[in-house]
Amino acid sequence: MSTVAASRIDSAWSTLNEVLDPEVPALSVVDLGLVREVIEHDDGLEIVLTPTYSGCPATEVIEQSVLDAIAAAGLGPARVTMRRAPAWSSDWISAEGKRKLLEYGIAPPGPALADGAVPIRIVGRRQAAVPCPRCASVHTERLSAFGSTACKSLHRCLDCREPFEHFKPI
Amino acid sequence: MISSIKIPAAPELTYLLRLADTCLILGQRLGEWCGHAPILEEDIALSNMALDLIGQSRALLTLAGQHSGKCGGEGYDEDQLAFLRDEIDYRNVTLAELPRGDFAFTVLRNLMLSTWLKLMWERLRDSSDAELAAIAGKALKEARYHQQHAADWAVRLGDGTDESRRRSEAALATLWLYTPELFEDDAVDAAATAAGLGPAWSQLHEPWLAEMDEVLGEAKLAVPPAPTFRSTGKRGLHSEHMGYLLAEMQYLQRAYPGGAW
Repeated sequence: MSTVAASRIDSAWSTLNEVLDPEVPALSVVDLGLVREVIEHDDGLEIVLTPTYSGCPATEVIEQSVLDAIAAAGLGPARVTMRRAPAWSSDWISAEGKRKLLEYGIAPPGPALADGAVPIRIVGRRQAAVPCPRCASVHTERLSAFGSTACKSLHRCLDCREPFEHFKPI
Repeated sequence: MISSIKIPAAPELTYLLRLADTCLILGQRLGEWCGHAPILEEDIALSNMALDLIGQSRALLTLAGQHSGKCGGEGYDEDQLAFLRDEIDYRNVTLAELPRGDFAFTVLRNLMLSTWLKLMWERLRDSSDAELAAIAGKALKEARYHQQHAADWAVRLGDGTDESRRRSEAALATLWLYTPELFEDDAVDAAATAAGLGPAWSQLHEPWLAEMDEVLGEAKLAVPPAPTFRSTGKRGLHSEHMGYLLAEMQYLQRAYPGGAW
């Protein structure tokens, strides 16, 4: 019995590893660290997700894609529960996920800020440059603090002249 | 049209609604910039911040709706609370509901409220309510980013051209009148503190002034004198602007009850 349960959980994880994020389709929900736990109950699987941003419009889509994938894999009844704490951090993106981001042309996040008090930076003080995902130059500048989705900012490489997105460290 | 829901008079519920509505109404005001900001990057930034604020508000309203059920009222969901209350039952601070004004006005209001929210979320991580503490842990990361962005712009505008400076000074003078409401306690704060739900708002005053001093100093903008005027949005008594905002925000749910995506 325990072997069956374990294998169902393993199958769920490999299925979820194929469920792509709708906003960053290079990465799966597992790569992004959104799936916190898969639990086997008598009445089916429970998949525990942690949302990235409070206002992320993709949250409901992700929940539905997860349920659809589990159903399509024939893993029986399943439900999704949302776990808000601890808050999602970009540190939870796997090494594999960061590599995929880079390949996709999005500069991966550096380490997230510490949890304690963070001083305000005043304009003019240079931020650490984000390396260009195309040519690896650190001669880049930020064009916009906010990008096409809540999780990204917009940058430009001053060497290869290509614009690129950066996954914000939070 | 459908009739408004009734909100029980319970201090802990009011404490949650004051925070939830401040996020909701500021989010609604920032959303008005979509398609109208001075540059594309800021259009995207303001819409992104609106999304974060409305997301935070959704979580808080869901929690408030559960509290309503526990303290003698009916339980409500986030949509009922967002769209089916009368004006007097909205508890946001008046500062959040003022019309969006020009870009300097929006930047300086965002600086004031994101700094206030950041300090609030930092403290709410220790709330006796586990769900509120969890919401705060998430929202804090977002508020920090909003504050940084507002501070960057406050410095660029305040220490910028004659025109940007003139507009920043005018915005600051008007907005400052509405700030005492963010730091004055009443019975709601006493109940929230006693229950360990969250801090009395007065506790945020000193750290807020310190951070505002730092940014305004760098922006070469003088901190205005302490106002004698007291706004009363958090007690349900709003400015004349609130009714127009609610008419637009509530229209769809009032005209098509229960409408969903």
